[in-house]
Amino acid sequence: MNRRGDAFREWLDERLPIGQFLEDQLLKYYAPKNFNFLYFFGSLALLVLVNQIATGIILAMHYKPDAKLAFDSVEYIMRDVDWGWLIRYMHSTGASLFFVVIYMHMFRGLFYGSFKKPRELLWLFGMVIFVLLMGEAFMGYLLPWGQMSYWGAQVIISLFGAIPVIGEDLATWIRGDYVIADATLNRFFSLHVIAIPLAIIGLVVLHLAALRTVGSNNPDGIEIKKNRDLVGIPKDGIPFHPYYTVKDLYVAGLFMAIFAWIVFYSPEMGGLFLEHPNFDPADPMKTPEHIQPVWYFTPFYSILRAIPSKLGGVVAMGASIVVLFLLPWLDRCPVKSVRYRSPLFKIALTAFVISFLGLGVLGTKPVTELYTMMARGFSVVYFAFFLLMPIFSSVEITQPVPERLTESVVPLSQRKGFQWRLIEEGIRALEHVPVRYYLNNLLARLRGKN
Amino acid sequence: MKKVLSILVFSAVAFVAHAQSGVDLESADHDAFDQLSVIRGAEYFGEYCLGCHSLKQMRYSRISKDLHVNEARMREMLLFGDNKIHDVIQTSMDPEVATGIFGAAPPDLSLVVRSRGADWVYTYLKSFYQDSKRPYGVNNVLLPNAAMPNVLWELQGPQAPIIEEHGGKSEVAGVRLEHPGSLTPRQFNVVANDIVNFLTYVSEPSLLQRVPLGKYVIFYLLFLTWIFHRLKKEYWKDID
Repeated sequence: MNRRGDAFREWLDERLPIGQFLEDQLLKYYAPKNFNFLYFFGSLALLVLVNQIATGIILAMHYKPDAKLAFDSVEYIMRDVDWGWLIRYMHSTGASLFFVVIYMHMFRGLFYGSFKKPRELLWLFGMVIFVLLMGEAFMGYLLPWGQMSYWGAQVIISLFGAIPVIGEDLATWIRGDYVIADATLNRFFSLHVIAIPLAIIGLVVLHLAALRTVGSNNPDGIEIKKNRDLVGIPKDGIPFHPYYTVKDLYVAGLFMAIFAWIVFYSPEMGGLFLEHPNFDPADPMKTPEHIQPVWYFTPFYSILRAIPSKLGGVVAMGASIVVLFLLPWLDRCPVKSVRYRSPLFKIALTAFVISFLGLGVLGTKPVTELYTMMARGFSVVYFAFFLLMPIFSSVEITQPVPERLTESVVPLSQRKGFQWRLIEEGIRALEHVPVRYYLNNLLARLRGKN
Repeated sequence: MKKVLSILVFSAVAFVAHAQSGVDLESADHDAFDQLSVIRGAEYFGEYCLGCHSLKQMRYSRISKDLHVNEARMREMLLFGDNKIHDVIQTSMDPEVATGIFGAAPPDLSLVVRSRGADWVYTYLKSFYQDSKRPYGVNNVLLPNAAMPNVLWELQGPQAPIIEEHGGKSEVAGVRLEHPGSLTPRQFNVVANDIVNFLTYVSEPSLLQRVPLGKYVIFYLLFLTWIFHRLKKEYWKDID
């Protein structure tokens, strides 16, 4: 068997050097050794992509892209197809967690400056994937043909109507009808199942190829390739396989456990992952009281609603995504990692994260005067972060960057800033709390009750 | 710091949102795993609801299998006429006729608990009150001008509206029992809850599969994670 196996491998290698390719990509690819928590999300995104494709293939076997049948065919999957409910929940949970993972992945890039030279192209490929993913999710959300599917799509596509001159025609062209209708459902199905996934896979390949060319960034934001040993291997690098494959495997296990918890115990996630009105079939004659997109679009939706004019809102929403593409050129600071950047940048980044989350929460709420004011405030912070970046990043007083990699997570005692001291104090105070006493008390009380 | 602030922002927004919600819903003690209650609910549904409302996403055979009710029993409580056990549950009422009678076709209730929530259905069933202006003499606090007559009135007894003045406008704030029906209020609550439990089950029959299964899947994945963690530790012990 062994000799035959070797002979086959040799035969294959002469024709298609797949072994060589894997060796180059996994064993001879050196990654920085101090990756932390934030570095898992790239491989997790790949895992979710595979999940979406695998479950999507099965769903497409049972789903009917027809305005009369679509809603019922989803319920048919949920009830009559063996394990159909599991496949569907895996797909719907995967869609939401895809965005959790991607937002964390993008935040990591922002946090450690992974978009900066020489990784600009890597960031751009990633951004194109992000935009495609939003299109993919938006079109996929129409397919169950529920009330929110229908009216969400109606609202978003009508936005194209705000474009001067060609707007209305463009919106009609996208829908294939004057309203969202069977034609729209059919073309969205086609795009969701074939066109966009193909494009996403192609771009993931380019994203990975670009990553392999420039190498991974790290929490210290220094180039490990500048420090090589005698045979040219980066001193702070370790082979991707087996070190990061086993580490990613471990985190993938943990991620899948969380994933399973959602699928089995909270697939609707309180109406965030599967919105309640979407269990009513689409009815073009009945507009829901309150139309809102799924949670992962809400930050951008909030920006749209914050602007009083429709065209202005559309432009602002578009700009909020376009500005992300420009990030590598907006940030003038030569230091990559947040660890060695100025407090000014840290404050700006904190404000940005708060406003992004705030916009996200506000996007799920009905419009009121207070919320609109808050959304406007957060939108201003969102844009200010990017537009003022060329200024504050060029005058930043940064800390010295180390020559070699340091810890993956900086210990609390070495962190500078009053908030870390506060947390340290808090932990010290907690150590004196008689936890065991409280626990025993609680247990005794529970026993007494039963 | 970032986390703390984001939690603060989130909770502030959540608090404001909570303060604005409208009619308070009574909370149903819903549990689709309470099989006796679900079966009772199915019986009530057959008796009081099926005349007008369909459950077109649900098959009789699925209910029979999930609730361990044989076909003969199904024929007594839900499976009427010449319907077959593998059929989906359709009302015998013609939607056009229904529109003529009620002004709107009674909605299919297969997914009502998933779209409205169990508490909503429970509160709705209990919120009918006498209103001579409506064609069937009743109105509903939760869904004003509902076309549906109060089919459970004999059990519950008629209710009168509690009217409150708000800035010169009178609003129905709640209901009170005028005189008792054939059941005590407590017994009636159980009936309403049984119907809600049945509809909760019908909205998502896979609930009965997924919830008991989940712990094994999660346990298995955590076990796998533990093995992977050991493997990672083993490989990484040389890396400083």
